[in-house]
Amino acid sequence: MNFDFSDEQKQMRDAARKFLAEKCPPKAVREVLDGKAPYDKALWKGLAEMGFLGVAIPEEFGGAGAGHLELCVIAEEMGRANAPVPFSSTVYLAAEALLLAGSGAQKQKWLPKIASGEAIGTLALFEGKGNPSPKAIKLQASGGTLNGVKKPVPDGAIADFAVVAARTGSTGRDSDISLFLVDLKAGGVETKSLTNVDPTRGQAELTFKNAKAEPLGAAGDGWSILTQVLDRAAVLLAFEQVGGSDRALEMGRDYALDRIAFGRPIGSFQAVKHILADMYVSATLARSNCYYGAWALSTNASELPEAAAAARISATQAFQHCSKNNIQVHGGMGFTWEFDCHMYYRRANATALTLGSLSYWEDQLIDRMRKKNAA
Amino acid sequence: MNFDDTPQEAAFRAEARAWIQANAPKQYEEELRKSSLGRTVLKGANILEVAKAWQKKKADAGWACLHWPKEYGGRGASPIERVIWQQEEGPFGKLSGMFIIGHGMCGPTMMAFAGEEQKRKYLPPLASGEKVWCQLFSEPAGGSDVAGLRTRAEKKGDDWIINGQKIWTSGAHYSDYGILLTRTDPTVPKHKGLTMFFLDMKSPGVEVRPIKQASGQSDFNEVYFTDVVIPDSQRLGAVNDGWNVSLTTLMNERMSIGAGVSTGFPELFDFCNSLMLEEGPAIEDRSVRSRLANYAVKASGLRYTSMRAISALSKGERPGPENSIGKLVAGSMVQEVAMYALDLQGAAGVLSGPEDAEVAGKFQAMLLRAPGTRVEGGTDEIMRNIIAERVLGLPGDIRVDKDVPFNQIPTKGR
Repeated sequence: MNFDFSDEQKQMRDAARKFLAEKCPPKAVREVLDGKAPYDKALWKGLAEMGFLGVAIPEEFGGAGAGHLELCVIAEEMGRANAPVPFSSTVYLAAEALLLAGSGAQKQKWLPKIASGEAIGTLALFEGKGNPSPKAIKLQASGGTLNGVKKPVPDGAIADFAVVAARTGSTGRDSDISLFLVDLKAGGVETKSLTNVDPTRGQAELTFKNAKAEPLGAAGDGWSILTQVLDRAAVLLAFEQVGGSDRALEMGRDYALDRIAFGRPIGSFQAVKHILADMYVSATLARSNCYYGAWALSTNASELPEAAAAARISATQAFQHCSKNNIQVHGGMGFTWEFDCHMYYRRANATALTLGSLSYWEDQLIDRMRKKNAA
Repeated sequence: MNFDDTPQEAAFRAEARAWIQANAPKQYEEELRKSSLGRTVLKGANILEVAKAWQKKKADAGWACLHWPKEYGGRGASPIERVIWQQEEGPFGKLSGMFIIGHGMCGPTMMAFAGEEQKRKYLPPLASGEKVWCQLFSEPAGGSDVAGLRTRAEKKGDDWIINGQKIWTSGAHYSDYGILLTRTDPTVPKHKGLTMFFLDMKSPGVEVRPIKQASGQSDFNEVYFTDVVIPDSQRLGAVNDGWNVSLTTLMNERMSIGAGVSTGFPELFDFCNSLMLEEGPAIEDRSVRSRLANYAVKASGLRYTSMRAISALSKGERPGPENSIGKLVAGSMVQEVAMYALDLQGAAGVLSGPEDAEVAGKFQAMLLRAPGTRVEGGTDEIMRNIIAERVLGLPGDIRVDKDVPFNQIPTKGR
């Protein structure tokens, strides 16, 4: 058994960590947080040059063709650095949808642009409050055009194209839903940035007015493709969450060693130690669930749906737990704009909702475990 | 990343599986599989006898204490082979419960500190389960603070005379031997005046009194020593170096990873699948699903954490203090799971008789046993200290008695 990343994959992690430490310090994250730029363009270009954007995209489509274990490794580092770039929407959602369901021509058109950093993509799924559900999709497709409103769409204001879930039938079944590819620069789509809890990864409202769209995958397959895309993205985003959890834990630990109160480092007080120990526990459980998810993703195992839900829940809980307690350990300083704690707290709580809420994934996990049990 | 055995591991697994298939006491398999924390009962059989017979059979065929050297009754197997054996032994492994202390802690301590002749005399019958050992460390005044113990050992000629009391001693009532930590010099700071021995539990002056636990069962004991004589040849390590000897014992506790800590989750999941609430099956209730999902990811997180540790083992790395999380997480989880399973039963959850309670009172037994799991082998708080200090590198607790001679440390309470 080798339930671990290989030495080569670990080397890639080291390279990514080193690169991000240099190109994406907290100062760079703050540029986006403070609204000076919608995302870090220089970092995005650098990630493309390093081959990180196309790490799981096959070579024939301009990627590195390394695979999904390698992408998991990169994802963890993106989370650790709190990178203010549209990585998750472009790479986990748009690229995965194309890889799963795109025609040869569609892959040829968009994947090389993703790998090279020329195109930002996203998935337009939600229409207001609620969780992923075929019933919640009202946006109408007919005659090759889309009409309706999507929000929130991650990185929707800066994306070049979107994979859009639309209604193509009225039978009340999942097969009423189909997916479409929309070139957001081609007209027919109005985009509006929305204020959100984590400005380092934007959210937008997209209004489609007779927007031209081409089908992605077969008509009526939309929901089944979406489910797979969300599962794959859940594993990848979970790695970002684990990276963020670890960083938040480190920040808390370092501060507890550094800060003196009552004549001793606060990390020598059992109450503080135990907060940090519990952060370690939740981050470790999440990491282990993520490793199983990575294995399932990279081998396309039948266990993927269950593994993805477990990784998603565990990593969401861990990142929320670690980021909030990092602030607690920092005390009053942790709650200031000046300290970096809130950037992780923001990211933790935004990513917790990006692919559907915790309660949605809890429901999914139990459904999937029941199915396996019945089988 | 893969779950495959190496060819060598696969061969070992096949051999182990075939032998277990041919030799395990299969008539008890179902009962053992179903038994959960707090209750392993074999109908119409004495579990001690069944356990001893299985252990003896394993020893005779070379499957006992796998990682021990052959000359002491083991097999000289690698740590990963030990894990494979545990996986294959499955529910029959639960029969090894009464040997855990002897095999996991006393044996390794004897191996590190006893003389060669003693090792050859005492270790093989320990490995084969013919002789059961216990560990006499904890005292009313020294639980988490092990070094605070007061049982005295005084030198008299070639012998030591022991007086004092131990507590929480698992299995002392059926043990043949024990390892014993004593105070030999009360005038120096507490860690510097301890000495380790092993002794025959049938020695005159040893009195074992079972403690009735909150669960109603009696797995632990108080052990009283009145002028018990131990020859100096049964001393383990140097006089006043007992603390270092005991660290060897305690570190070996951590080696027993991969045995699969009980979380109660599989039992709860099955229960929720079969339980009918007024509104329908429990598993279809939204709040039940949320709770279950939370337990599910903890249980799977622990399972895969242990797989990561096994991977490290198979690469020849030693398990570190990070493995403390298994006991910490599983301990409180099993307690929460038990409480939740009773809650789901409503008013009837209070009933614990096998005839009246759901699933034969399994969760009620789990509830009453669970508090002990969070204390024994290191409390939750000690586990958190271990993680904080040894994994995260935070400063140790302030110990005001560290440099004070033992007999000048104020003492009160138990």
